[in-house]
Amino acid sequence: MMGNVTLLEFLSAGREVAGHHPWPRFQLDARTWRRMVEQMAVSNWDILAEWAEPTEIHVALRGEDSGAIAVASHPCPDHKFFALSRVRPSAIRLERAIRDLWGLAPEGLEDQRPWLDHGRWGVKRPLGSPRISEGRPHAYRFLTAEGEGLHQIPVGPVHAGIIEPGHFRFHAQGETVVRLEERLGYVHKGVEGLLAGKPVAEAARIVGRVSGDSTVAYALAFARAVEAALGVEVPARAHWLRALMAEMERLANHVFDIGAICNDAAFAIMLSHMGMLREKILRANAACFGHRLLMDRVVPGGVAVDLAEEGWEALAHLLGNFRKLFNKAVALYDNTPSLLDRTTGTGFLPAALAHRFGAGGFVGRASSRGVDARKAPGYPPYDELDFAIPVLAEGDVHARLMVRVEEVRASLRLIDQILKQMPRGPVAAPVPNRGGEGMAVVEGFRGEVLVWVRLSEAGKVVRCHPHDPSWFQWPLLEAAIEGNIVADFPLVNKSFNCSYSGHDL
Amino acid sequence: MIFPPISHLIARHLLKGPHTITGGGEPDAEALRQLAENLGVAARHRLGRSLSIREVDAGSCNGCELEIHAVNNPVYDLERFGIRFVASPRHADVLLVTGPVTWNMAEALRRTYDATPGPKWVVALGDCAKDGGCFAGSYAVAGGVHEVVPVDLHIPGCPPSPLQILGGLTALLASVAE
Ligand code: SF4
Repeated sequence: MMGNVTLLEFLSAGREVAGHHPWPRFQLDARTWRRMVEQMAVSNWDILAEWAEPTEIHVALRGEDSGAIAVASHPCPDHKFFALSRVRPSAIRLERAIRDLWGLAPEGLEDQRPWLDHGRWGVKRPLGSPRISEGRPHAYRFLTAEGEGLHQIPVGPVHAGIIEPGHFRFHAQGETVVRLEERLGYVHKGVEGLLAGKPVAEAARIVGRVSGDSTVAYALAFARAVEAALGVEVPARAHWLRALMAEMERLANHVFDIGAICNDAAFAIMLSHMGMLREKILRANAACFGHRLLMDRVVPGGVAVDLAEEGWEALAHLLGNFRKLFNKAVALYDNTPSLLDRTTGTGFLPAALAHRFGAGGFVGRASSRGVDARKAPGYPPYDELDFAIPVLAEGDVHARLMVRVEEVRASLRLIDQILKQMPRGPVAAPVPNRGGEGMAVVEGFRGEVLVWVRLSEAGKVVRCHPHDPSWFQWPLLEAAIEGNIVADFPLVNKSFNCSYSGHDL
Repeated sequence: MIFPPISHLIARHLLKGPHTITGGGEPDAEALRQLAENLGVAARHRLGRSLSIREVDAGSCNGCELEIHAVNNPVYDLERFGIRFVASPRHADVLLVTGPVTWNMAEALRRTYDATPGPKWVVALGDCAKDGGCFAGSYAVAGGVHEVVPVDLHIPGCPPSPLQILGGLTALLASVAE
């Protein structure tokens, strides 16, 4: 095994694929792929995403020290590949999904249970070589926990609140959670299958609906991937408007999460307060850009609507007022010991696990992992903006809430700067019809959203893979809840706020 | 500090009144027409002006859920119309269903419907809930809500705005209370 080899040095043993932008893609033979997996056992390369095609497996990697990003691909005509999950547990669910969707067998994958495939699609390997499958839905074998006085609590897929569907299987000893196991995939919509063959504009609409709360982040990642593939130069003002929308999305989600976390600790007034603040943002979105959640506003080539002069004033006014109200609510949180008592020390996630799984967003940042795509790899206009990434070490519900509080403040300052510095000019460039491959990573409110795309010469999507940050956060929720009481689960779950739809795809 | 911050907040609300918009509960005319077509006259009067809703995400992108949350915020305050969300289908008069129904959720939706006592109504919310929206045609998607359970009212939009949702639900309330 090699010593301190960098990611790019290592991958250059493979064949570089032409026309993949802005980062290189290398095709590795079986031996080199296997050596890469072995190298990953000792290197700190991050997995950004792993996906497949009918006879090829891809993984997007980042060399954590150098920050270099690259895609490693391995053609596998025999439908099997050396599993990454042997050395990286964060890849286990990704590889279970890959086997379900494309029919590629990850050799060495310990968990042989299907993941997204519940046996209800009427077809197996829908994205590989599909085969009709009739028969009964799979009976899922949950992991067991045995001991005197242990009992099980099954929850879901339909939950008690207004939230997305998923199944949680608790093993509890009295009130204490001994093991939580998640079963997801209920909202799998077959997005990758739908994207294949779609014109770019239509695909953008679909990718913008992978996870509705992150529609700006997804639309932005898709647009940037397409623009990278085609070499499209986006006008300067469009970059700034995109950042404005992205920060509005971050604000709206964070304030609502803060309220909802407190609500799950039976402190409902914070939810009311934050719900009002969120409403102010959504109304400003509607007034400035014509959609409360900003769906379909970021498009390949630029943005769909410009910000009018009145919109600029309305936003500037909104922000002053917003900051005051927000700070008051945070003071309320800070000065309510009964609430702090619920959030402090609850749902602890050790930093080592956050690093091992490459968790991003507030989940990572509350456990010492301060990765943010706006800083690295970075994209315009953030290189011209002044902002800091809050990082805490406590790893509990309180820390995840406080990271959000600081990010709200940072976003408010960012919006201030954006409004002051935004250049004038056109807001969209034409998108030519030609082929290419591109990838983009952007920072959504939950963490890094990645989109990879291959376009045909006719300008249609051949394949597209959107990756949600929740893939690397969901498994950590299972760890964070262990040893807590069942009644704290809603609180801990909300502090993670993982996306079901983004994960299930 | 003598007064904890919560007392300021409460004082402010007592002095200045709530954030709730006035109105906003006018039944949507199109929704009323659709309901008149779909609803039988039976059992309408049983509920009075009160409805309990169980929300079911049957495959949504979660955008629709965000706006359903919004109708519960102090600005729209759905509860002032006697409409509230409940935790169990057994307590519900109405199922509010979002999303293209995925095959992985179809059975859960059907079982939730079966667990809801009659008389019951189903409201399909969002463009996806009508016919699958931009997810229609996928191997993983059954289609609109009506493919799995009978639908009484559809509230369009992607996602529908809180006012559209209020209009639709109050129309339902008006027609069942008739
Ligand atoms: S209607 Fe729109 S917001 Fe609602 S689930 Fe469908 S795509 Fe998402």
